[in-house]
Amino acid sequence: MTEAASTLPAPRTPGGLVSTLARQRELSLVAIMVLLGALVTLTAPQFLTASNISQVAVLASVIAVAAVGEALVVITRNVDLSVEATIGLVAYAVARVLELHALDAAAAIAMGLGLGLVLGMINGVIVTVFRVPAIVATLGTLSIFRGLDYLVAGSHQVPLAGLPPGFTDAARDTLFGIPYFVIVAVVAVVIGSVILRSTRFGRQLYAVGSNPEAAAILGIPSRLVVFTAFSLCGLLAGAAGVLWVMEFGTINGTSATGVVLAVVAAVVVGGVNIFGGSGTLAGAALGALFLGFVANALILVGLSQFWLQAIYGLVILVAVSADAIILRRIKRANVRSRSR
Amino acid sequence: MSAVVAPAKGQRRWVTLLARWETLLVIALIGLVLLGASLSEFFLSARNFSNLIAALMEVAIMALPMTLIIVAGEIDLSVESMAGLSSAILGFLWAEHVPLEVAIPLVLVVGSLGGLLNGLLVARFGLLSLVVTLGTLALFRGLALIVLGPRGISDFPPAFTELGFGHVPGTLIPWPFVIFIALAVVLAIVLHRTWLGRQVYAIGKNTGAARFSGVRVTRIKVGLFVLSGLIASLAGIILTSRLSSARADAGEGMTLTVVTVVLLGGVNIFGGSGTIPGVALAVIAVAVMQNALRLASVTVEVQSIALGLLLILSVVIPTFAHQAKSAIDRVRGARPPPADSVPGGERAIS
Amino acid sequence: MLKLRSLGRPFALASVAIIVFAACSTGGGAATPSAAAPSAVGSAAPSSAGSPAGSSAAAAPITAGYLPKDIVNQYFAAAKTGVDKAAGESGSTVIQVGPNEAKADLQIPFITDLATQKVDAIIISADGTDEVAPALKAAMADGIKVVGFDSSPAVGAYDVFVNQVDFSGVGVNLADWACELAPSCTGEIAILSASATATNQNAWIELMKTTLKEDKYKGLNLVATVYGDDDATTSTTQAQGLLTKYPNLKVIVAPTTVGILAAAQVVKQAGKSDSVKVTGLGFPNDMKPFVADGTSPVFGLWSVPDLGYLSMVIAEKLVSGELTGAEGETFTVPGLNDDKPYTIGKDSVVILGPAFRFDSTNVNDFDF
Repeated sequence: MTEAASTLPAPRTPGGLVSTLARQRELSLVAIMVLLGALVTLTAPQFLTASNISQVAVLASVIAVAAVGEALVVITRNVDLSVEATIGLVAYAVARVLELHALDAAAAIAMGLGLGLVLGMINGVIVTVFRVPAIVATLGTLSIFRGLDYLVAGSHQVPLAGLPPGFTDAARDTLFGIPYFVIVAVVAVVIGSVILRSTRFGRQLYAVGSNPEAAAILGIPSRLVVFTAFSLCGLLAGAAGVLWVMEFGTINGTSATGVVLAVVAAVVVGGVNIFGGSGTLAGAALGALFLGFVANALILVGLSQFWLQAIYGLVILVAVSADAIILRRIKRANVRSRSR
Repeated sequence: MSAVVAPAKGQRRWVTLLARWETLLVIALIGLVLLGASLSEFFLSARNFSNLIAALMEVAIMALPMTLIIVAGEIDLSVESMAGLSSAILGFLWAEHVPLEVAIPLVLVVGSLGGLLNGLLVARFGLLSLVVTLGTLALFRGLALIVLGPRGISDFPPAFTELGFGHVPGTLIPWPFVIFIALAVVLAIVLHRTWLGRQVYAIGKNTGAARFSGVRVTRIKVGLFVLSGLIASLAGIILTSRLSSARADAGEGMTLTVVTVVLLGGVNIFGGSGTIPGVALAVIAVAVMQNALRLASVTVEVQSIALGLLLILSVVIPTFAHQAKSAIDRVRGARPPPADSVPGGERAIS
Repeated sequence: MLKLRSLGRPFALASVAIIVFAACSTGGGAATPSAAAPSAVGSAAPSSAGSPAGSSAAAAPITAGYLPKDIVNQYFAAAKTGVDKAAGESGSTVIQVGPNEAKADLQIPFITDLATQKVDAIIISADGTDEVAPALKAAMADGIKVVGFDSSPAVGAYDVFVNQVDFSGVGVNLADWACELAPSCTGEIAILSASATATNQNAWIELMKTTLKEDKYKGLNLVATVYGDDDATTSTTQAQGLLTKYPNLKVIVAPTTVGILAAAQVVKQAGKSDSVKVTGLGFPNDMKPFVADGTSPVFGLWSVPDLGYLSMVIAEKLVSGELTGAEGETFTVPGLNDDKPYTIGKDSVVILGPAFRFDSTNVNDFDF
């Protein structure tokens, strides 16, 4: 770990070369998706139908919303492995209060978001106040939140019939032909990106991630920034939990198990640098869409879904290696420009 | 998070602190045994202890190389998937009528190669071990599913399944426990009594300084990951034997317990300190705790919460103990710089 | 449930005492009526302890460990209501333990711990046929009776296995329902199964395929069998894949409670409830809305609470010595199997009964 950190370049601004490269990542993702789409369409023409694409996009949007939150944390050079447990716990809580008619739909959604925020804040406190490294803290809360989920849910499963009529319609309803879920994901990306680009918090987020020492010298309240990032990640995971209820309708204590891998993979594939300090939210969301299309393509081509896990792993490894190569280039470029 | 705990620099202080950590573990273990005995009249039986140890042996065995890796400042999240891949390959080969005498060495070779992949990506290409091994966590599991698919292979010969489920003749000591103790002794000697072990600590404390003083950082790190892969595949073989069945999902979820056990054993997550005896004690403590909770009919969800809390506390407690100690030192005027003012950026990626 | 657990120990002690002092008399007296219809069992609450002695007890009280595949699945919660009902009638104590994931390596410690606690019987749905066998055999060697249900341990690692349904019947049922739902019994059908290793699933699918070869079904064309791993996400993705890949699909047959629900939701979400029908094995509670809107007019399952009830009754009979688990033994359980006797078959297997068909006429009468 020490070595890795020492290869970091001097403090960078989010603009300039890095953002160009990041944008390239997004462009290259889109290019790969188009290429992939063309190849798959040759063997399975149904791939390019509107209904298939919208189905894939709806499912990917759930992951994308969580990935946007994860990206915020990763930009600060941390990681949140507990997102799937947050998604699961929020999903169950929302489904259960709806089943018990304790709250109406709007209040239940607000409660879900609030619960997600609280869980994210707990992570933030453990990391910033108790100074537990993020991986240990969130590996621990992964186990704790999931345990709470089991504890609350027991063997109860909220059936689709337990939800208010129409609640799950949001998963397939569209606005001008665009599924609501996709709109939600796009809104999350746009709001997040605006905050990152044009507010002081956004700049501080990148600064803390790219060079903590320099950030400290500049007087950036890095603990507060990291805490905020974890809180927002929790909030967005909560939003993903609400979407999860709408998408799947049937919720029990194990809902969303294993999703963290898809979320982290989406972030890494989307070009968010795991060393912190760079990456865009749009990239993370595109990463989620990309993985969704890969999963869909595998099924349509007739390849067993067992390949999926291996391909997730490969995609993560390729993406981080690519990041490292880009970083080295930047470093070399910086050295050159400085020596000039 | 950058300004997280900076471990102490003085070796001696850590030795005393760790000595105390292990004492703490022994006390906790005695407490757990008393608790278990009060919870269930069946707790204090030889057979119960034999069972509770057997249930955690794969985790215990994987915790040993994990100790070395974390001491060296890295982490290997892929061990559970390597155990699964080994189980899958072993099952596949056995189903293809490859004799076990050939299949087992082959599986161990695959384990080493998987470790080599991790090691090269981390040490040679300078990638973050957390992300690399998260990737191979998915990759190895995926390969296991590709190799074996969802079927289970279970017609292994009794002599093989005896390895995992049987006991040393005339005793209630499970065979895997013998393997664990043997490995623990060897690795403890290597880590605590050899030049190589001191190099591992040196890397974990300060990689740059270690490199300047002639430690072959890359080579040692690669070696540690190869060892981790090798022993994870051994754990996979033992698991296959204990379950008398090879499955692609073998070992799923074990990494969390492995890391918890190692940190609970007093190993510093930032590297540079920790002992094998401490981890061995933690293994037994966790095994006793899980068994006591089960005998008390405490539900698994509570156990899951307890494990997560333990993981976090095992980092929080040493940190605060250390800060308290520094504060006391400061009051005495012995050591001017408080530990938490040292920028921990160098090993802060978490 | 938690309360019941914390009360477990005193109960266990009490029941041990009762076993010691009570003669091994098998009071086959008037048991409480349990209707053949599943609903009656499902709604019955376990009677409070202390009632048994001499009243309606079918057997002497025992302490049994109930060890499902995992404690999250509502299937096992439904079965538990039946186990509790039987226990309530006899004054027996049930300790529920189990992992939160259906994995054999997580289930084994619970078997050894139940053996350590010296329960009288273990009622288990095995997370792996061979994986749990050594631990169960060790428990049997200690005199503990083992009753398998739902998912069988290896032969020899249980005293009696209670099979939920007549296997050959299910294959025929699945083919019949598909035929009924496909317009004039013709068109493309597909199977969404759990996993390719699930023994039950494969047996049913094989029997369904054999049945499909008969003349009556010659219009049906089985185009694909896919696996959703009994996971909501994977099953959803697989069902979406089926709809996309086979635009002319008429029926999805999912002999798994997770799969049928995922398939029904996908079909409904795609707005294809009119052209694509879903059938298979599912929980009435899950499927009610889809029966109502016509996505899944017909499906089936056995009575899960009855499965638990029968397993517990057999456990009590094994402990009392009324049954040994040998092939050919017969016994009656009032309220089950139309009060006709059950016979223990080959490999000590008892079959609960035929699958139960649910449709709009009866689905709302059930609650599990």
